Amino acid sequence: MLNPIAAWRGFLARPNDDRVKVFGVAFLVALTSAILVSASSVMLKPLQEANLEAERAARMEAMLDTLPGMRDVLAEIGAEALETRMVDLATGSFTTDVTPDAFDLAAATSDPELSVAIPPDEDIAGLGRRANFAPVHLLERDGELLVVVLPVSGKGYQSTIRAMVALNADLKTISALTITEQAETPGLGARVEDPDWLSLWSDKEIVDETGRIVISVVRGQATGPHEVDGISGATMTSNGVGNMLRFWLGEQGFGPFLDRLRTEGL
Amino acid sequence: MASSWNRLVSPLIANNPVTLQILGICSALAVTTSLQTALVMSAALTCVLVMSSAVISLIRNHIPNVIRLIVQIVVIASLVVVIDEVLKAFVYEISRQLSIFVGLIVTNCLVLGRAEAFAMHNPVWPSILDGLGNGLGYSLVLIVVGIVRELLGQGSLLGITVLTPTSEGGWFEPIGLMQLAPSGFFVIAILIWAIRSVRVEQTEVPDFALTQTEAHR
Repeated sequence: MLNPIAAWRGFLARPNDDRVKVFGVAFLVALTSAILVSASSVMLKPLQEANLEAERAARMEAMLDTLPGMRDVLAEIGAEALETRMVDLATGSFTTDVTPDAFDLAAATSDPELSVAIPPDEDIAGLGRRANFAPVHLLERDGELLVVVLPVSGKGYQSTIRAMVALNADLKTISALTITEQAETPGLGARVEDPDWLSLWSDKEIVDETGRIVISVVRGQATGPHEVDGISGATMTSNGVGNMLRFWLGEQGFGPFLDRLRTEGL
Repeated sequence: MASSWNRLVSPLIANNPVTLQILGICSALAVTTSLQTALVMSAALTCVLVMSSAVISLIRNHIPNVIRLIVQIVVIASLVVVIDEVLKAFVYEISRQLSIFVGLIVTNCLVLGRAEAFAMHNPVWPSILDGLGNGLGYSLVLIVVGIVRELLGQGSLLGITVLTPTSEGGWFEPIGLMQLAPSGFFVIAILIWAIRSVRVEQTEVPDFALTQTEAHR
């Protein structure tokens, strides 16, 4: 019968250069550290996610403030925030199969049941897969659409950039763009968050006369209503933002939804 | 008692890890653009240093010599990850500003240096005091540099305007250079110069004597 206390004492009493002791100590230190790190990570996860969520909500609020007159309209209707509804991206119609609160975008995007692979030649945002449903944020007054805010995402230079784009009631011009998440190079690509650059997107037209999605980021001086100046020193990141907008406003993204809104209304 | 007090106080100025031992300079430059980030970084590093000193001192008699550095690094790295998670959970905004530098506490020579030089050879209580003293010595430098850089660079302390900048109708013209990394070197260099002028015994003996060249003779 092995006595655990005696065995432990025996282990500790071994000389420090003993092979069993070297492996034993290494194993025990690693095990304790692993338990400590995992426990703190698991226990603090809910708090950290609440922080991220609050950050996202704060950016959404900040974007609403940049839209002229938006606060007045909200106060007039007596609404606190925009209404969030789920859209089936393939058909472009609203769906009640999932609720916005229960929808986990990251999980849905990797679940083959809930997402589709994007054809490589159309995958300009470098996403690989796309969830079947997406949340949209709307503001309407007496059944008339005032603004619609769409979540978009795409590859930048070294990270996935997530953003919110607000479209005016005509669904042809951007009213505001805000970045909600990015990990681009600090000082270069990270300047996509710069309010001065984001304000360049206001009132840009996303479609030409034939209905094609044409918004893009250009090098140097932007000419015309479909172009935005790139950020110097951050070409890949700025192009990434342009690509993700073209992708999400196009056929594979919110295109069917926007077409339906233009023809049928809400 | 006198010796424990000494152990705590001596790293503050007489044996300061940053200005005398020149350890932990990288983070001292990077996070001192404002007083707030300097304070949080100081607290994080002091916590890690005290806890790692205590843990390593506790198991020092059973750490095999051949793997002692790996064991020390594993202990320090785990503590740093835990601190990083805590910061992300409770002070999210500041943890975003500190970004990678909390993680880099692992590579701060100060922490491993104290573990290897002191905690490996001393009982738990003196090791804790040594860790606390060195942590506070590092904090003192970070706080002084943070105050100088935020005050001269932005005219504020902890985000509260002290010197009204000209852009808001005051007389103070913020010195943009103070917000950039080089000024961290300048301020620490001036600090070292000031301390060594007062405490002459800290001045190092030159490794090499300068030879006079023909032209200057």
